[in-house]
Amino acid sequence: MASAPFDRESKKSVPVASDNDLVAARREGRLLAEQLGFSTSDQTLVATAISELARNIVSYARRGEIQVGLVTNGSRRGITVIARDDGPGIPDIALALRQGYSTSGGLGLGLPGVRRIMDEFNIASEVGRGTTITITKWKR
Amino acid sequence: MPVPILKQSHYLIATIQSALTDADLLALRDKLVGKVGTLRSKGVIVDVTALDVLDSFASRTVRDLAYMIRLRGAETVIVGIQPEVAFAMVQLGITLEDVPTALDLEEGLAYLDRKTHHGKRAL
Repeated sequence: MASAPFDRESKKSVPVASDNDLVAARREGRLLAEQLGFSTSDQTLVATAISELARNIVSYARRGEIQVGLVTNGSRRGITVIARDDGPGIPDIALALRQGYSTSGGLGLGLPGVRRIMDEFNIASEVGRGTTITITKWKR
Repeated sequence: MPVPILKQSHYLIATIQSALTDADLLALRDKLVGKVGTLRSKGVIVDVTALDVLDSFASRTVRDLAYMIRLRGAETVIVGIQPEVAFAMVQLGITLEDVPTALDLEEGLAYLDRKTHHGKRAL
């Protein structure tokens, strides 16, 4: 795996193996967003996005990891979240990103919703190998 | 952490105190659906003021809870959705559909009073 683009010392990793871990993952994201001076609305967006990604890990891959950290791009600062698992992978990414599509009995809002509320969204998935979703929200 | 459920005359009031796991939320749903029968309650208030995230799973569970309670013959109202949480729900496209909401506990009680006194199941 390529090393994460996080600013030094800012990375936090939260193992995700059950719905209990969602709360911890959300908390780390919110804490970091608060430290960076995000508005409470943006803190909540980051926490909600983490919640959706972490739940996908539990639902589809059973276990994985959420990493959160600060990132810098020129004068911009932001938060990047990496959700990584070694699960079954996503056969059709375009379909998974379609609003209302779900194979887990969910609302199918997870991935398209997360993509909409974040500034950057990247998904890499290989069937049988796993999925890595990287999202970034820049400070406004 | 289990959510305490308070009985106040014909109503049940569940006040969520901190972030909940999915399992906690499902347990709350099942407990309320059961208690509506055992305590013969006419209305249920779920106070989510302390929730800092209402993601797609939590929203769906809250909706299921309200529908199940309606099937048991009682009304549900969700109170205390925080402004940032409302913002995030709208951004994500999450809705509670036709589940009634009210600003706070006081408004929630007023809603249930109207609903249960003027409805077909008047006391």
